[in-house]
Amino acid sequence: METTHRPIVVPAARAPAPGNEPGPPAEPLIKTEALALHYGQTQALKNISMEIRERMVTAFIGPSGCGKSTLLRCFNRMNDLIHNVRTTGQIRIAGQDINHADVDVIELRKRVGMVFQRSNPFPKSIYENIAYALRLHGTRARSRLADIVERSLRQAALWEEVKDRLHTSALSLSGGQQQRLCIARAIAIQPEILLMDEPASALDPIATARIEDLILDLKKEFTIVIVTHNMQQAARISDHTAFFYLGDLIEMNATSTIFTNPSMKQTEDYVTGRFG
Amino acid sequence: MPTASSSVPSQGSDRKDLSRPFRKSSLDVASFVFGGLTGLATLLILAILAIILGNIIWHGWAGFSWRFVTSGTSQGMFDVDQAGVLPMILGTTARVMLMTLFVLPIGVITAVYLTEYASSTSLFTRIIRGAVNNLAGVPSIVFGLFGLGFFINFIGGGIDEFLLPNRPEPVWGKPAIFWASLTLAVMTLPVVIVATEESLKAILPGLREASLALGATKLETIVMIVIPQAMPGILTGGILAVSRAAGEVAPILFTGAAYYMASLPRALTDQFMDLGYHVFILSTQSPDIERTRPILYATVLVLLLLTLALNFVAILIRARMRRKMRVAAH
Repeated sequence: METTHRPIVVPAARAPAPGNEPGPPAEPLIKTEALALHYGQTQALKNISMEIRERMVTAFIGPSGCGKSTLLRCFNRMNDLIHNVRTTGQIRIAGQDINHADVDVIELRKRVGMVFQRSNPFPKSIYENIAYALRLHGTRARSRLADIVERSLRQAALWEEVKDRLHTSALSLSGGQQQRLCIARAIAIQPEILLMDEPASALDPIATARIEDLILDLKKEFTIVIVTHNMQQAARISDHTAFFYLGDLIEMNATSTIFTNPSMKQTEDYVTGRFG
Repeated sequence: MPTASSSVPSQGSDRKDLSRPFRKSSLDVASFVFGGLTGLATLLILAILAIILGNIIWHGWAGFSWRFVTSGTSQGMFDVDQAGVLPMILGTTARVMLMTLFVLPIGVITAVYLTEYASSTSLFTRIIRGAVNNLAGVPSIVFGLFGLGFFINFIGGGIDEFLLPNRPEPVWGKPAIFWASLTLAVMTLPVVIVATEESLKAILPGLREASLALGATKLETIVMIVIPQAMPGILTGGILAVSRAAGEVAPILFTGAAYYMASLPRALTDQFMDLGYHVFILSTQSPDIERTRPILYATVLVLLLLTLALNFVAILIRARMRRKMRVAAH
């Protein structure tokens, strides 16, 4: 694996997130309790209780339709956009119930960023793709915007490739570059958590390797939850792995344990490729 | 048929004959006839268009002159040597532009509501959609009567009665370019709504999700991402509306068009002279139809050219916008 281009000058340090002060082993950053989700009559998630640790990469694996993407989309409430979705149970992020009536979903999504399976840059310039959310959230000064755009692109290991054409269309980038732009766009607004829904599934192996390097790099700063179909990918990049099957969380543990010594037969069958 | 059966892989009893020729076995009569018919139908349409345009240009050219399009028609409206259509050109242009100002915002906002906010299955949405579709099927003379009854008598009359009670003459409660444009806007609303809806639906859902996931509100997403993307489609709706409205006479007959005016309209409440209506006047009111015919043809030619020009301007704007998006997008 090639080394990623980590910026030499690390820009201004982030203010520590709430609940992130040094001290005794903190609460898990994300904690779900008896979480269930129905699409109309169909139950997509059953009684999910899990904990996701800060500044770790947590991978969700499981066969198609097992609910892993649905669960991911619970964490930034993207499921709100779908009609007929009913959620019960609790999701706490940094101790706060995110489905509580007082929660501002805009604020939640600023703090819980998302990268989608299909790269979806806006049909604007590379620069504008990143500046868009910054402007919405109140950053207007040009110099400050330019700084954050550069920092985000460097963090997403895209700066060197695009620094001379920031004002050309994002759609002129290759698939892998587009996906890294989407990552840059998501991290520009400094979320605490980055949700990634099969971010490399539409990419070739080289572009995939770059994204994986990037994820390993980003976990120093962000808590990453990634859905993947690719078991090697989960094994390579994640610290914890959760295996889902038909809406159930079958097993969650340290990635090495899941892949070498799972406690459930179903998990073993899946990770060894006997089904799924 | 031997040719048909041999093209299907056989069940293994006999080996495939690899030397079988690729040559086609017989003439395909059905596709020959059908292809010919589609070609003929196209030719027919082209021929009709060519005859109409050729006729107008051929006859219209005689009465067409620089003086004709740059002068008014103070005397001798029916006299080749004195007639002019500048007030009508200006009147038609003004009412079409005014209409665009009304119809684009209302149509776009309605389409945004229907696609982005309303649930597509609710009774309310279905009623609105049905109403929009029915609006498209209403004869244009009915729009004219509606404009007279609703805009002029009800709204205009109401304004005069309650806001301007001491005027000796009606100010708003009479035919005016404002009411004519509004009536045309109501008539072309379905075109704009449908075109906008189509272009909104064509936007990839991933773009909306991307914006929302960044913490944009729904309104921000619609204004900053969705509508800019849909702009070429919205303008296509505008172009269709302009084409439809430019030549319409019936909706403005009772709502604003004047038989003759000594001066150009100066206020929204003034009446105006209109090219389409002028064609109607020339062909029905002339004392000497033979002497008027060249003006009639020339006026029709001017109307065609004006419609073309208005469309061209709208298409130019759209092309500019597309190019801008491509520059941003490539």
